[in-house]
Amino acid sequence: MSALTAFARAQAVSDGVAQPVSTVRHVHIADRPLVLVALTLAGEANAPLAVMAGDDPESAELLVVSQPRNRDQRFAFAARLASIVVGYIDSYRSLTETVRSGRDGERQRLAAAPQILVPNPATAAFVRLLGRSTRLRRPDGEHAVDPAVPVLGRWLTFLAERNEVPGSCLLLAMTQALALHWASGQSAVEDLNLAALMGWIDPPAGVTGLEAALAAEDPLAWPPAGPATDPVFDNEVLARLITECSRPGVSAARQQIAVLNMQNALRGQLVPTWNLMWRSVTLLRSLPAGAHVAARWDSDRDAFTSYCEHLRDGGPPQPRRDSAVAAASRLNSLERAQASYAAQRAFDDPLVLAQYRLTGEAFGGLVTAADPDRLDTSSSRRKLRPLITLSTQDPLRIEAGDTVISPARPSQSAVVTSVTSDAGGALVVLELAGGMGRALKAAPGSVPAIGERLCYTTLSDRFQPRGSFPAREDTPWTHGGPPPGYVATLGDVTEDWS
Amino acid sequence: MTAQDKSAAAVAEVLSLLEHGGHRGIVVDSPPGAGKSELVVRAARELAGAWEPLIVVAQTNNQVDDLVDRLASAAPDLVIGRLSGQDYQPSPRVSQHATVTVAQQVRDLGGCLVIMGTAAKWATVSQGYWPWAIVDEAYQMRSDMLLRIAPRFSRGLFVGDPGQLDPFSTIEVDRWTGLTWDPMLSAVAVLLRNNPGLPECQLPVSWRLPESAAPVVAEAFYPFTGFTAGTAAGERRVEFSTRAFGFSAVDEAIDLAAGSGWALYELPARHTIRTDSEAVDACVSIAERALQRGMVGYSERAPGGEPIGPGRIAIGTAHRDQAQAIRARLGPLAVRGVTVDTANRLQGREFDLTIVLHPLSGRRDATAFHLEAGRLCVLCSRHRHACVVVARAGIPELLDAHPHTEPVHLNVPAKFPDGWEANQAVMAHLAERKVRAQ
Repeated sequence: MSALTAFARAQAVSDGVAQPVSTVRHVHIADRPLVLVALTLAGEANAPLAVMAGDDPESAELLVVSQPRNRDQRFAFAARLASIVVGYIDSYRSLTETVRSGRDGERQRLAAAPQILVPNPATAAFVRLLGRSTRLRRPDGEHAVDPAVPVLGRWLTFLAERNEVPGSCLLLAMTQALALHWASGQSAVEDLNLAALMGWIDPPAGVTGLEAALAAEDPLAWPPAGPATDPVFDNEVLARLITECSRPGVSAARQQIAVLNMQNALRGQLVPTWNLMWRSVTLLRSLPAGAHVAARWDSDRDAFTSYCEHLRDGGPPQPRRDSAVAAASRLNSLERAQASYAAQRAFDDPLVLAQYRLTGEAFGGLVTAADPDRLDTSSSRRKLRPLITLSTQDPLRIEAGDTVISPARPSQSAVVTSVTSDAGGALVVLELAGGMGRALKAAPGSVPAIGERLCYTTLSDRFQPRGSFPAREDTPWTHGGPPPGYVATLGDVTEDWS
Repeated sequence: MTAQDKSAAAVAEVLSLLEHGGHRGIVVDSPPGAGKSELVVRAARELAGAWEPLIVVAQTNNQVDDLVDRLASAAPDLVIGRLSGQDYQPSPRVSQHATVTVAQQVRDLGGCLVIMGTAAKWATVSQGYWPWAIVDEAYQMRSDMLLRIAPRFSRGLFVGDPGQLDPFSTIEVDRWTGLTWDPMLSAVAVLLRNNPGLPECQLPVSWRLPESAAPVVAEAFYPFTGFTAGTAAGERRVEFSTRAFGFSAVDEAIDLAAGSGWALYELPARHTIRTDSEAVDACVSIAERALQRGMVGYSERAPGGEPIGPGRIAIGTAHRDQAQAIRARLGPLAVRGVTVDTANRLQGREFDLTIVLHPLSGRRDATAFHLEAGRLCVLCSRHRHACVVVARAGIPELLDAHPHTEPVHLNVPAKFPDGWEANQAVMAHLAERKVRAQ
């Protein structure tokens, strides 16, 4: 937690309402997201109990598994969930747009992409595990399932893997998205409770955030957002209903009544979270989007497009585990995404940049001297390298030789040539390069003028090349040698935990 | 058997494994200051002497330059290639040797029997194949880096210090936990898990740590292999060229450290922010006072005594902002050359006197970061003479209040030393050498 967030949390407590920690929205919110709230059965590994899903706040679809311990019902549930989720995803697979790629190439990209919103990271983990247990199933042979089930599994796995990529918004956990924009007066662990977090951010009229958050701790008024259920509800309501539904030797009519009762009870558990989710969506939409949000959504759409192509070409499901090469290469892309996400957020948002100013990775100051026409004549080719001096009061952790960039002038890089301490602050001399036109005289306005207030940071959103990794079949001996190729086996469908 | 004999026997064992062992890889574990670089240079000379072309991989440009300098000095006839990145400026240590060629491409280093470069640079090399590679600081290299470099060589000698900080990632995902090729693990961990039969050798003697420090560090951080100090008690001592005027806790701490090798300068218990200004002040005044008092170190290298100047003093911290705060407070002394840095950046360095701002000082919680055994190990094993630890009171209680809660994963071998236990061991030792700040 940065000092600024800690301060905002303290402020939230004293003001009784969550404090903004960003000035813009850093997540993309689709026009028609699919909200998915899930409950699992306590004591069973990832056994779905109920799901409320839909892309329209007014019409939620409820799926209930009346006996979650029954594997057949579990996969029947997966098939019904597939008709909602895969149906929703497929609605984005037709409309394409043409984008430029490389110097003068072109490629097709899907014009829109699906977005699935879940209440919390635990539900995102439920999505990942459900994908894991369904993607390797087969529609034929022993333990055959509905053909839609493995397709659902692949999509859920795709979404869960994108969820690991910093800045990706295809699968978004709402508590994380909200905590990115507001600091509540409670701990990060308590922020995982969507009702309590929303209580701090948007308390009902006449109630403080603290009171709203306390009220959210009552599971009768605010049932848990899942996937874990309220244990009292389990004992007093759910256990009886499940027994009713699967009592042997009961007429079909009575059984139907029992199932209806169970659906009603679970609807009661899910609807408050469902409504909270749509309120959160409205709240997030009310913030203006950050400048780089669209670019990150573009890369989400690229990923979606390429996975659609992978499926269309009959590609295999995601393997159970990453091979050595796949793991290293995935880590490489995650780290590059993390670096650029951090830089983009700081560039988009002065409040995020302020956190870096507090730690000395960025500084702000007044331009006190400028030499816009300075030429670097050390080599045979003369280069325009203006010098500016900034006077700053910020704590500094930069040294001569560091390269810094100003969010206001992202195409111009600056090298710190000297840092000297000055009364109560420091004077930083920067040598500028780039973003000034091609002539040996800077284009007007391209060099900061005396009296201008600027921030510079060591964060950089510069393109980082992909690391090069050996081919899978060339995995070296240090990493166990080349792995065997994937062959679908009976083991895929008989894994005892799926 | 003397320390020299023990050390020489260990090196000889490694060299004979290199020559006759027939193993694809050899791992050498080296405690702090056990002559790791000397071993790398010896091995490189042996291999080059047998006309086996080899590459040397180290982790930073500084480390590579250091090895280049040592190898070129030890083997003046050997033609050495220094593979470098675009921004690299050859340091005087490298450019003074006529036998060293610096180039950005391997093809420009054709005649060189030994090519040295950083891991990051070697990872970009996509052509060429060498019979041997020597990987220095292999415990600080992440296994995904090894994956990129390993196709370039047939057999490898991996040298490193298992007690120091593990490599880290900015990403927190657990999807690879339990895999033998987890890219977040160190290169040696992955190498050994995929090739369990490889020989592992130990260097048994630390030439850096004094007799007062070696058993403490060995017990806390190297519980199974252990090591001994290369010097006997009394061989190293510190004297002062001035006498302390009056009495202060700082003087007492310095005297205690000079006499027994260790001191804990304890500030009153308090929860503080990371850049605790009193702790920062304490670190600075200890450094200032040690310089004012004119410490003189007597050792096997300098039997007649050698003044401990600012260049031989380091202040170590856990976080960069703490180092920054101390540097800012240190002012002109920093210019005169007292080193202030984080544990990560002090790895592999050596000083006479170190002042350590304890990672857990003033904290409310003991997170995995602050408990990491490697962090404390680096901070407590940089000195040749004495180490003063600055901390708020209450660290043992903090440790007791934060028992180990890290989840246990399937197929992940337990890691030793455990950070919690190592911290307790060091604090237990320091408890007897405590000076309370007034």
